[in-house]
Order: sequence, then C-alpha cells, then structure tokens
Amino acid sequence: MPATSFTPVASAAGGALIGLAAVLLMALKGRIAGVSGIASRLLPPYEDREFAGRLAFVAGLVAAPGLVWLVSGRLPEQTIEAGMPVLVVGGLLVGFGSVWGNGCTSGHGVCGLSRLSVRSLVATVTFMATAALTVFIVRHWG
Amino acid sequence: MLLQFIIGLVFGLGLIVSGMSNPAKVLNFLDFAAIRSGTWDASLAFVMAGAIAVTFTGFKLVLRRPQPLFGEKFHLPTREDIDTRVIAGPAIFGIGWGLSGFCPGPAITALGFGTAAAVIFVAAMLAGMWLARFIANRPSMSGIVTPADRVGA
Repeated sequence: MPATSFTPVASAAGGALIGLAAVLLMALKGRIAGVSGIASRLLPPYEDREFAGRLAFVAGLVAAPGLVWLVSGRLPEQTIEAGMPVLVVGGLLVGFGSVWGNGCTSGHGVCGLSRLSVRSLVATVTFMATAALTVFIVRHWG
Repeated sequence: MLLQFIIGLVFGLGLIVSGMSNPAKVLNFLDFAAIRSGTWDASLAFVMAGAIAVTFTGFKLVLRRPQPLFGEKFHLPTREDIDTRVIAGPAIFGIGWGLSGFCPGPAITALGFGTAAAVIFVAAMLAGMWLARFIANRPSMSGIVTPADRVGA
C-alpha cells in the first residue's frame, strides 16, 4: 500500500469546489448532484427528458483531468492497486449498491447530509462502516 | 447542457484537487487501523468538511428562492423513512468502495486519466447500476421494495 501525504488545505479546497458544483446544480437546474443517480439514469429505462444534461455533467467529470493536464502540464497522482478481478467485483458492488440505496458519497454524503436528511445519515454511516471494515479485512487479516 | 458540462467540470476538478480521484488516498483514509501505526491519511475528512460547509450554506440560500434559475422546480427527495434498501444498498456499495478505492464520481473522473483500470471499473459499475434498476423496476418487486425517490440531475 503506497503511502499518501496528509493534504488538509488542498483537500478542503477541493471539497469546497465539489460543494460549489452541488450548489450550482441546485441553483440553476434544481437537481441534486448525486453521481450514482446521474450516471445510472444514462441507462434505460428513461423516466424523464434530462438525458442530455446528465451526459453533459458526466462529460464534464471526464474532461476534468484533461483540463488539469492542459493547465499544469501533468496529470495528478493516481495509484490504482486493485487488479482486474477486484475492479470488476468492486465496480459491480459500487454500481448495484449505490443505486439500490438511492445514492453514493455525493448524493447521500454531501448533498443529503447538507440537507440534514436522516436517511442520508444512515446511508453514509453504513457505507463508511462497511468500507472501513472491508479495508481492515483486506489489509490486516492474515 | 453547457451549464451541466461546466458544473461537472467543477465537480471533477474538486475531486482531483482534493485527492479523492486517487484510490490509494481513499483507501489510506478508510484504513482506520493505520491511526496507531501512523500511516493513516485523514485528508478525506477535510474533503467532506469542505464540501458540506459550502453545500449546507449554499442550499440554505438557494432553496429560499421559489424555483431554480433554469428549471420549473427544485427536485428534492421527500422520503424520510428508513427502509431496508437505504441500509442494504450503502452496505453493498461500501464493500465495493473498500475493495477498489473508487466511488462513482472519482471512477467516472478517472476515465479522463486514460487508464484501462478505470474503463473496466466503470463498465462493471454501470452493469451493477443497470441490474439494480432492473430488479427494482420488476412488477413482482413492487410489493417488496418501495419505489426510489426520483431525484438526480
């Protein structure tokens, strides 16, 4: 497991940008910035006519590393330790669980907690707990 | 559409600047046993604090208005009950997050880094999302599971 340095200022500033995006989406379009909700509704069945807007939001996410590269001349640090089987299983669980629970880190963790939603608090505590337990088992058992 | 693109871009930049887009950093935060050994990375607590501080304040100001600037109404979740789905879903999601270090936002942003790992993860994630919606939308499930809130941009 590669060590990563403690970056409180950059992390809080980045968090503020995430918050700014969530506030802008609510102010301009009246929508919750929940990435699992947005991404899953790019797939059928289609319940409304917001497809193009959702695709544009996702395209903005994908374009962000390129913008950083254009401005700074390099891509930010990213270390993915998981191998192919773990990526597939992890992806399936993340996709299924976030839609089954109506939200992920952004929808429940950021927007829901900011609205003081009890459902989102229960969801956030639950996914933090199982994520931490999973990391504990993978890294410290055996 | 341009608006949503720019908002997505700001969101993605936030994920990158904060370090959330680096799975190793996420996993080092989730590794609470490392507090004793000194390799714990507390940064992600600051991401959440920064994001919630801005969103909490911003939502308070924005939701005073009668409607969004470019929309008919605010689409807010209305449910407040604690059903099995709002526990089982996040429990499953957390296991996948702890295995990989990716949650949905950073995973999609990682596509822009151009790695095969991100493509594989996002493909599996979309398959899982499709499956969850397929099961939830089956008529035979309507008596068992309560309908999801129709939110999300």
